[in-house]
Amino acid sequence: MRIIVFIKQVPDTAEVKINPETNTLVREGVPSIINPYDVHALEAALQIREQKGGKVTVLTMGPPQAEEVLREAVSLGADEVYLVSDRAFAGADTWATSYALYRAAEKIGFDIILCGKQAIDGDTAQVGPETAEFLNIPHISYIRKVEEVGDNSIKVQRLMDDGYDVVESSLPVLLTVVKELNTPRLPSLKGKMAAKKAVINKLNLDAIGGKDIEMNVGLKGSPTQVKNIFAPQSQVQKRELTGTVEEQIATLCQDLRRIKCA
Amino acid sequence: MRIVVTTENCISCGVCVDSCPFASIEMRDDKAFITENCQFCKACMSVCPAGAIVEQAEEGDSKPAADISDYKGVWVFAEQRDGKIAGVSYELLGAGRRLADARGTDLSAVLMGAGEEQAQELIKWGADKVYHCADPLLDKFNDEPYSQEMITLIQKYKPEIVLAGATPIGRSFVPRVAARLRTGLTADCTSLEIDKESGYLLQVRPAFGGNIMATILCPNHRPQIATVRPRVMKRAEFNESKKGEIINVNSANLSSRTKVLDTVKEASECMLNLQEAEIIVSGGRGMGEPKGFKLIEELAELLDGAVGASRAAVDEGWIPYSHQVGQTGKTVCPKIYVACGISGAVQHLVGMQSSDIIIAINKNPDAPIFGVATYGIVGDVYEILPMMIKQLKEAKEA
Ligand SMILES: Cc1cc2nc3c(=O)[nH]c(=O)nc-3n(C[C@H](O)[C@H](O)[C@H](O)COP(=O)(O)OP(=O)(O)OC[C@H]3O[C@@H](n4cnc5c(N)ncnc54)[C@H](O)[C@@H]3O)c2cc1C
Ligand SMILES: Nc1ncnc2c1ncn2[C@@H]1O[C@H](COP(=O)(O)O)[C@@H](O)[C@H]1O
Repeated sequence: MRIIVFIKQVPDTAEVKINPETNTLVREGVPSIINPYDVHALEAALQIREQKGGKVTVLTMGPPQAEEVLREAVSLGADEVYLVSDRAFAGADTWATSYALYRAAEKIGFDIILCGKQAIDGDTAQVGPETAEFLNIPHISYIRKVEEVGDNSIKVQRLMDDGYDVVESSLPVLLTVVKELNTPRLPSLKGKMAAKKAVINKLNLDAIGGKDIEMNVGLKGSPTQVKNIFAPQSQVQKRELTGTVEEQIATLCQDLRRIKCA
Repeated sequence: MRIVVTTENCISCGVCVDSCPFASIEMRDDKAFITENCQFCKACMSVCPAGAIVEQAEEGDSKPAADISDYKGVWVFAEQRDGKIAGVSYELLGAGRRLADARGTDLSAVLMGAGEEQAQELIKWGADKVYHCADPLLDKFNDEPYSQEMITLIQKYKPEIVLAGATPIGRSFVPRVAARLRTGLTADCTSLEIDKESGYLLQVRPAFGGNIMATILCPNHRPQIATVRPRVMKRAEFNESKKGEIINVNSANLSSRTKVLDTVKEASECMLNLQEAEIIVSGGRGMGEPKGFKLIEELAELLDGAVGASRAAVDEGWIPYSHQVGQTGKTVCPKIYVACGISGAVQHLVGMQSSDIIIAINKNPDAPIFGVATYGIVGDVYEILPMMIKQLKEAKEA
């Protein structure tokens, strides 16, 4: 079984704060991590490999420093890693990211592609399904359980708002995973050693299509543009409560009953 | 396009350096310099006090496709499960109506599966036209036939704007549609407007875990497609006598390599309750112990409301995950949301801040929850909640 896992390096958004005075992001000291969902995708790949044999390839598109997350993937057990990186890929939206990942995946070859449900920096959840469309393969989103992996098919549970669907697909297929799927392992000592020595395979624009695809990658290939970004603002209509705590609560409870009946 | 610093205008204040979410601005020779890491988010442009950071056109920038003006009308994807139209569809019709009016055009709904009755219902909720696709392959949600059908329809009728719910269904198949049609897709929007000058769709969405908001444009490709977060837009008006046209679409050559073998419903009563509830009383870590949720339940019951919780309370094991409100829980939009002992972390706020009225009870006057609260009471929940319960009980009996 040839499995590719897509991982992304993201800032740990739990640590990102807004400076209320300047309305800017406070980035200092915010660590870069593997997108948390992607760690579960990698774990799923490793489990499928343990069961069916084969090779787990991890791929990321990003700037040169994204190499760090690839080494981390090796420490967890990935067999082979690829960094898709080129000045021409900068500024890509989900369309252009998916396009580049599709070219790279096609070049490497696969039976299954695993992605995280979404990346926590953009939270779009679009790159998986878009890549599947470019590759002309089926995809199943939000998988929470792998029920059966056959030689030519796979059966999984897809999380829905009101429960789950059991879905079967032929291979090749692309799957996006939620955290309920598994508990990721920790790096082994052997893995950490391997990570230090790991060969980082690089794919630049020329390697995945060159000039012919220039208009489909990076900023130039992106149909969406950011117009501006701003700090979230709430337009709250404050109602002041005055008096003792009892009086405040009396006013509040009166209002509550009125609003409730309205 | 490039983002560049006009060095003559740069006043060396360094504000832009801190504003860049990607750490791609440095001071070089005492002037701001944008490095190759730039992701074109334009955060720096909006903070530069000297207006020294500008966009510069480049050869090879994408230009509007020749046929952009052929695209007309606003479409919404009307999601259904088991023949029941999902609530978000009515919200999309509400938003779609506003956009269609602003563009002086029609509002249409696309219904896959379900029947004539549901199509009629969509008209009463504001659709001028309903494209009804009734193929057995479309009864249950399945990515490939849904996206194939949507792609064919869009290619044929060329709508200018297409909206779908940011639900497990919408967020799964719509990206395929955007990929195939070579157009932009903005995920999980919380606000949609038409830009008066350009007529473009201004799509606002949270990024970086809700820490910042971004306005996204899709200037050169059509349609402009967005998924919209459930429960943030107002529902359309229902009008029993509204007339409209139903177009029965004869689906051709739909196929699928995935098969839905089984559909299992798991949602507990409370989960559904939470999203439908008009009043929600939520508890956080400030409740201190599992017993605290007895008070929350009692107040909720008195108000005919549902019980919610912050992630901290769920992590403590005081209440099941199905009650969690926020980024990794449910988005809710009740008439009244009572937050008890909840600090108001952004991840919690994104799930409840569009509630009509927010009541915050917290002993720390600086808790961020007060920033979004209509009513704020500074005090101990163990003092305040029993008082509220007592007063409401007395009023009920009176
Ligand atoms: C990726 C990610 C996703 C997340 N998703 C969610 C999510 O979906 N939902 C969510 O809620 N959180 C989420 N979180 C967690 C979030 O960041 C906060 O940690 C969480 O919301 C805090 O919960 P809390 O307000 O109950 O607890 P705390 O922040 O500990 O606040 C407790 C509050 O109670 C007050 N208090 C204490 N004792 C009393 C008393 N006796 N009377 C009155 N007030 C008292 C304190 O002043 C304090 O303000 C997420 C975090 C991450 C990183
Ligand atoms: N630059 C990237 N390189 C590799 N994988 C990516 C990249 N961006 C997104 N992905 C994958 O796509 C998933 C969804 O990302 P997103 O659509 O950005 O929310 C992630 O969990 C990753 O598995």
